[in-house]
Amino acid sequence: MIEFRNVSKAFAGTTAVEGLSLRIDEGEFAVLIGGSGSGKSTTLKMINRLVEHDSGQILFRGEEIRSFRPEAIRRRMGYAIQSTGLFPHWTVARNIATVPELLQWEPARIQARVDELLDLLGLEPALYRERYPHQLSGGQQQRVGVARALAGDPELLLMDEPFGALDPLTRAALQREMARIHRRSGKTIVMVTHDIDEALGLATRIVLLDHGRLVQAGTPAELLSRPANEAVTDFLGRSEAGIKLLGLQTVASRARPDEHAEGEPLDGAASLREALSAFVARRVDRLPVVDADGRSLGALRFDDLLRAPS
Amino acid sequence: MLLVLLLAGLVAALGLPFVTQAPNRLVTGHGVPLQALLQGARAALMLPALFIALAAFLRPTPRSQLMVAIAASLLMTGLLWLAGDHASRVSGGEESSARTSFGGGFWVLLVLAWLAAADALQRLRLRLAARTLAGAAVLAPLAVLAALGTLDSLSLFKEYQNRQEVFDAALWRHLEIVAATLAASLVIGVPLGLVAFRRPTRAAAMFALLNLVQTIPSIALFGLLIAPLALLSAALPWLGLRGIGFAPALIALTLYSLLPIVQSTVTGLRQVPAAVVEAANGMGMTPRQVFWRIEVPLALPLLLSGLRISTVQAVGLAVVAALIGAGGLGAIMFQGLLSSAIDLVLLGVLPVIAMAVAADAALAVLADLMRKESG
Repeated sequence: MIEFRNVSKAFAGTTAVEGLSLRIDEGEFAVLIGGSGSGKSTTLKMINRLVEHDSGQILFRGEEIRSFRPEAIRRRMGYAIQSTGLFPHWTVARNIATVPELLQWEPARIQARVDELLDLLGLEPALYRERYPHQLSGGQQQRVGVARALAGDPELLLMDEPFGALDPLTRAALQREMARIHRRSGKTIVMVTHDIDEALGLATRIVLLDHGRLVQAGTPAELLSRPANEAVTDFLGRSEAGIKLLGLQTVASRARPDEHAEGEPLDGAASLREALSAFVARRVDRLPVVDADGRSLGALRFDDLLRAPS
Repeated sequence: MLLVLLLAGLVAALGLPFVTQAPNRLVTGHGVPLQALLQGARAALMLPALFIALAAFLRPTPRSQLMVAIAASLLMTGLLWLAGDHASRVSGGEESSARTSFGGGFWVLLVLAWLAAADALQRLRLRLAARTLAGAAVLAPLAVLAALGTLDSLSLFKEYQNRQEVFDAALWRHLEIVAATLAASLVIGVPLGLVAFRRPTRAAAMFALLNLVQTIPSIALFGLLIAPLALLSAALPWLGLRGIGFAPALIALTLYSLLPIVQSTVTGLRQVPAAVVEAANGMGMTPRQVFWRIEVPLALPLLLSGLRISTVQAVGLAVVAALIGAGGLGAIMFQGLLSSAIDLVLLGVLPVIAMAVAADAALAVLADLMRKESG
C-alpha cells in the first residue's frame, strides 16, 4: 500500500530521514517507533505530503504520491495527532464531518456516518453530537479526533502519537479501541509512538528508526527474539525483553487441552506475562485454563512459557 | 469606597449649582442650587437617592442590586426632569432668550447615579450582552424625557432646535467619516496583517512605521497632509481631491486606525493553535479552505477587539478633523468653543461620547458572543 524507496529528507541542512526503504502492506498496523529526532514523525508526514520528501520515491498503491494533488491524497488518508487539533469553533458532529463534507457526501449520509463513528468510539451520539471540543475531557477529545480521522472511510489511517498526552488508564482504553477497530475494519494503519509497550501491544509490524535511518522492521516477536543489534535491545528494554515477549502471546495458545490442574483458573485470553505472574504469586507450576464462558481449555505448565512460539 | 462617593455626592449636590440661569446664551449665568428646585412634592424625586445610600449599608443580594439599578435610573430621570421642568417654568415662552444650563451639581449627581447603576449591574454577574442591555435600559427613561419635549426649554436643547439641520448634517457627516475610515482601514489593514503574519520579517518594519504614525499628533498629521494633497489636486484635478476637507481627514484617520487593525489581525492569526491548522491541512482542506473555515473564524474575536479600538479612536479623532474642514460634530464643538457657548460645545461633544460608548459596547458584546461560541 505504501512503499518508501530510498527516501531522504533534510530540514535546513539537518538530516531528518536518510535512505529509508520500507514497505507497508494492505491491512497492516505499522508502528513507527524511535527516540526524539529519529525521524518517525517526519516519515509519517511524508506519506500525506504535510512534509515533502527531498529525494527517493514514495508510492501509494504503486503511484508516486507527487502525482496526486496534496488535498486529494489527504482526503484518502485519515489523520489524527496528539493534540487532537479539533476545530474549537465547530461542534463534535461538524468536526467529525470534516472530510465527508470535503468529499461532498449527501447530508443524510454524513449524519449517519457521524453517529456510526460516535457509537464506534463509545460516545453516545445524542449526548455528544452538539457539544464543542472544550466541553469534552482529554480522552473524549482524542476519541473524536480518531472518529474524525476515520470519517471519510480512508484507505489508510495515519496517527501521530495519538495517545501521548493521555493518562495511562485512558490511553489503555483507547489502545484497546484501536486494536478492535483494526481487527474489525482491516484498515491499514501507520502510527507513530515513542512508547514501546504501545508498539508491542498494537503493531503487526514495528519499524524502529534512529537518527533518520531504519534500524529494524519486523513483527513484535521478531524484534524481541532476534534484535538486529544492541541498540534495538536497549530500546526494547534490555532486561525485560523476555517478559515483553511473553506479553505478546495468549495463555490459550500454549494450553494443553488434554491435561488438568487444580486452583483458580487462568483466562485463555490473558497474556503469558499474566500467567507468569500467577505462577510466581501462587507458587505453583501448573494452572487450569478456561475460556471466556468458563469452559475448560486444559492446563498450562510453567515449562510451557519456555516453549518456542507455535 | 461607596461612602466616599456618597459624601462627594452630598457635597456636590449642596455645594455646586444644579442649574445655571442666564438672561441670554452669551453671558455667564448665576447658579441655582438643588435645594431651591426641590419644593413641595418634588422633594420626593430624591427618594431613590436615599434608597441608594441606604442600600450601600445592606448586604448585596441580586434583588437589592436590581433595585439599586432601578433607583439609579429613577434618580437620573428625576434629575433631568427637574432641570427641564425648572427651565420651562423660568423660560418665559418660545421667544425668550433666557437660558437654563446644567450646572456642576447636576453633572456630579448624574455621574454618581450612573456609577451606582453600573456597579449594581456588575455585581449581578450577567453575561456581557445582558449587562449591556440592562445598562441601556437604565438610560432609556432619559431618552424618553428628551423625546417627550420635557427638556425643550433647556439651553442645550434650544441650541439643538436652533441648528437642527446643521446638527443632523454634522451627525451624518461624522458617521460618514468614521464609517469610511473603518472601511478603508479594514480593506488595507487586514491584508497588511496577513502579510505580517505570513512573513514575520516584514512585520517588524511594518509595525515600526505604524507605531511612528501613532506618535504624530493628530492636528500635525492633518496639517502635514494639506500640502501634498493640494499639490496632487493641482496636478490631477480629475481625482476630485482637495488639500482640506473629507479626503485628508479620511487619510489621516485611516493611518491612525491601521495599527490596531493590523496588530489584532496578526495576533488573532498567531493565536490559532498550530495543531488546529496542521489538522486542517492533514484532513485535506485547500489553503483557501483552511484560511476561511479555520483561521478567519478563530482570529475574528481578536480582530473585533482591534476594530473596537479603531472605532472608538476614529469617533474621537474625527472631532479634530473639523479643523481642516471635514465637518462632523467637531465643527459644532469648535463653533461653541469660539463663541464661548458651552451648551453648543456640549451639543457637539455629547453625541460623540454616546457614539463612542455605544460602538464600544456593541463591538465588545459581539466579540464576547463569538468567543463564547468557540470556547
